Amino acid sequence: MTRVVRKVLCIVCPRGCEVKVVIEGGEIKSIEGNACPRGAEYAVTEVRSPKRVLMSVVKCRDGDLPVVSVKTDKPIPKDKLLEVSKYLANIEVKAPVEIGDIIVENVLGLGANIVATRPCRKQK
Amino acid sequence: MAGLVYDVVVIGGGPAGLAAAIKTTEYGLKTLVLEQGEKLGGITLQCIHPGFGIHYFKEDLTGPEFIYRFIKKIESLGVEYYTNAYVESIEYRSIMEKKISVIMPGRVLDITTKTIIYTTGARERHRYEINIPGANVSGVYTAGEAQAMMDLWGVMPGKRVVIVGSGDVGLIMARRFALEGARVEAVIEILPYPGGLTRNIVQCLKDYNIPLYLSHAVVEIKGRKRVEKVVVAKVNENLEPIPGTEREIECDTVVIAAGLIPQVRLLEKLGVPIDPATRGPIVNDYLETSIPGIFVAGNALVINDFVDYAVEQGEQAADGARLFIENKGIHTRKWRRIVKGRNIRLAVPHYVSGDKDVVLYARVKWPEDNVWFRIPETGRKLFMPKVRPAEMIRYVLAKDDILKTTDKITLEVSGQ
Repeated sequence: MTRVVRKVLCIVCPRGCEVKVVIEGGEIKSIEGNACPRGAEYAVTEVRSPKRVLMSVVKCRDGDLPVVSVKTDKPIPKDKLLEVSKYLANIEVKAPVEIGDIIVENVLGLGANIVATRPCRKQK
Repeated sequence: MAGLVYDVVVIGGGPAGLAAAIKTTEYGLKTLVLEQGEKLGGITLQCIHPGFGIHYFKEDLTGPEFIYRFIKKIESLGVEYYTNAYVESIEYRSIMEKKISVIMPGRVLDITTKTIIYTTGARERHRYEINIPGANVSGVYTAGEAQAMMDLWGVMPGKRVVIVGSGDVGLIMARRFALEGARVEAVIEILPYPGGLTRNIVQCLKDYNIPLYLSHAVVEIKGRKRVEKVVVAKVNENLEPIPGTEREIECDTVVIAAGLIPQVRLLEKLGVPIDPATRGPIVNDYLETSIPGIFVAGNALVINDFVDYAVEQGEQAADGARLFIENKGIHTRKWRRIVKGRNIRLAVPHYVSGDKDVVLYARVKWPEDNVWFRIPETGRKLFMPKVRPAEMIRYVLAKDDILKTTDKITLEVSGQ
């Protein structure tokens, strides 16, 4: 059986524990080095399915600025970040946009929406 | 001139300035905000990454989301503000009268005020300040310039990038470039440890397999019209390049993220003493500079890790301005000096009154583990699993503890 030791630097708090996760045959056998339960939880997520919030900008036609900043409204799998980023590079919205407006619903079927994080006012 | 007399003029419409103006307005003080840019908000508008407001709102927001909460409050309170307003000079007339000359499109204004809250933020250190010689070519930007290009204007500065400096700003830009499909060749850090928060090392570099070279420096930029490559070398303990260790990295863009310096030009012109460690003004616990009624907050005071601290300082300065106006000056019987002890690089404020609890901000000189942050004069100590130069220590010094002390209060970090 393959035995893998993954080292995860916990970022839940500033303490920064190095958590060792031992995986045998695809199953987590032990977790060491974490000072608190939150560290274990973080390490498991990092090993099983690391997720991140993506932030980017999309083109905004007729706006006070040429782009409007956006983010995913929940974390998405880490290995999909670049794909979503590329997808967003080809999106264009029309001003006005308000903070929280949904720009793309359920982006690439990942279960997260792309929402605006800045207003974009209509420019005459 | 009747319309141009204020209790408080806030110079700078970023987080610290808006927080200050909201508070002074709520106190019923006639307040004006002067912002040099086209919009209120300052640099947070271009910080589209999360991590803002965790302390203040208990929510993880992006820069624009965070600042628009303040902008909305400013609008709903009807706080007066001018954008595109460049402050040309500040003149001290008397304790309750300062004059500010403002240049705006098509007009020049003279404004009279009792107090000033100075929140102009910081500027970035540039290439020649950190001694990177070589070709004077295009493709060299500061991190903030690159950020404005990408996140306000939607322009990619380049495709193959070398980042100089591993502070949070450099790390966040490394991730931004990687996410937009650029290749980040390396982050070069002259010190033997990273400059940014650990979470940013993990989430901005490791996530994207971006190499970080510690104890390295960019010693030359090469290119004809545009950057073509940089020469990097290892450095010794004195941060001098070691001959024979040079190698070239091909790139089309160099991003300088070499730290921020409080922008205090107008205060310097007024003769305000500057602390060489923070590079901001010397202040008391009301965040008042040596000139009565001129307060300072945010990155103009000290470079902060978190926007929340800048906001907190803005609110403290607002309290100071209110007290100043009510009492025609801040009259304290006894000031205690904050003294930097072992492994303390900087500390703010510099003097405390004992009139109230005080929030102290300090940074260490070098990283250490399992240490105590101690204040011998008060007998207080706080265990810290880790101290890092990149991570500001925030400590609330209780009024009762201050009153126990006589002339000085020492901050130190030590093993016991």
